Amino acid sequence: MITKRIIPCLDVKDGRVVKGVNFQGLQDVSSPVALAKFYSENGADELVFYDITASAEGRRLFTDILTETARQVFIPLTVGGGINTLNDFDRVLKCGADKVSVNSGAIRNPGLVEEAAKRYGSQCVVLSADVKRVEGTYRVFAKGGREDTGMEAISWIKRCVDNGAGEIVVNSINTDGVKGGFDLEMLQAVCDAVSVPVIASGGAGCMEDFTTLFRTVPGVDAGLAASIFHFGEVAIPELKQMLAREGIPMRV
Amino acid sequence: MVAIVDYGVGNLFSLKSSLAAIGAEAVVTSDPEVLAAADQIILPGVGAFEDAAKKLRDTGLDEVVKTLAARGKPLMGICLGMQMLFEKSYEFGEHPGLGLIPGAVKPIRDVIPADYKIPHIGWNGLRFRQESPLFRYIKEGDFVYFVHSFYAADCPEFVLADTEYGAYLTAAVAKGNVMGCQFHPEKSGAVGLSILKAFTEMKEEAPC
Repeated sequence: MITKRIIPCLDVKDGRVVKGVNFQGLQDVSSPVALAKFYSENGADELVFYDITASAEGRRLFTDILTETARQVFIPLTVGGGINTLNDFDRVLKCGADKVSVNSGAIRNPGLVEEAAKRYGSQCVVLSADVKRVEGTYRVFAKGGREDTGMEAISWIKRCVDNGAGEIVVNSINTDGVKGGFDLEMLQAVCDAVSVPVIASGGAGCMEDFTTLFRTVPGVDAGLAASIFHFGEVAIPELKQMLAREGIPMRV
Repeated sequence: MVAIVDYGVGNLFSLKSSLAAIGAEAVVTSDPEVLAAADQIILPGVGAFEDAAKKLRDTGLDEVVKTLAARGKPLMGICLGMQMLFEKSYEFGEHPGLGLIPGAVKPIRDVIPADYKIPHIGWNGLRFRQESPLFRYIKEGDFVYFVHSFYAADCPEFVLADTEYGAYLTAAVAKGNVMGCQFHPEKSGAVGLSILKAFTEMKEEAPC
């Protein structure tokens, strides 16, 4: 039986993990390579690296780190942040990324998802959507959730899937950072609309939030989180054991 | 030395890194002499069957691989590389493969329930169907990482392991020294590395 995936997300800026981390046995807590290795040896099913660098120098550092991570970590690696062109796809895939996540780049360049899917295959193209409720509808936001695009989110996601996006990360701006649980209603709406894997992001505050997620919205394939893992509030091996006990298929 | 066949398809960085991680000397090559000198050969592959099979033919490496396989050299196909070992594929039409293992590649959609998503993507457990030296370091039920929409069919006697996704789908196959994994051992953590390690320990044997 296919298992539900647990995915830690690492925000990387100028070659370092942004959010502070504290693990026993991990010497350099802000080294993306060390943290990625730690997670892959401690139950993570997949990793997301998010490049939040703005400078060219920072971008070069990011690709160096990606290469070094891919040399040492043998679970699927998704890379996002600053993906605007096919050249950006090429750059990170050559460094060992397995999937590439597009967000604002797909909004700015409506042909990007289709072109990338044609060249690299749908399995390689992940659409990441920042979604927020505005006047009773779901809206897509750009630029890290700062800019309302005015586009209705569900139809936008459907269009991207039709164009070849092979996986969807739904990041609810409403629940992000609140730690009160995932946005179940929004996730259900996306699962009802598309038939590709859906990854839930935004809102995880404790282990039980993952149980509720997979129980309430069985169409969701994976749960993604950052700070609760980085700060050690939730340990992935314990989380997966608990979920397995609750009858949710897990790789343990 | 393990040779990874380079015929212009896919990204071989992770595969090469995973072999380095288990201490195996690996080379990415399209040189028939290097392939002939290798202890084992890996045929990788991602993307569409028709395109990949054509590229393999255009480089002439299809005949090289077939000749070396017939000589008894251990050959492992990964993902699309495994699918190409079969006689044909029904991925968007009907396309010939290498024909090293009897069977055909067919859409998963034909055999799984309608509410199962395509592609079959993620970690799934292995059910062993035959003993194999490939599984020397792993156990039944171990999880490996899959990404595929087509599967190897009509080859029951060659299935080493399968995996449950609404139906049992072929996960690993072998016919003598020719073998393949539908999943990605280079992305399957410690279990995947163990499978690669077992493969790199295989020796060329005279065909019977």
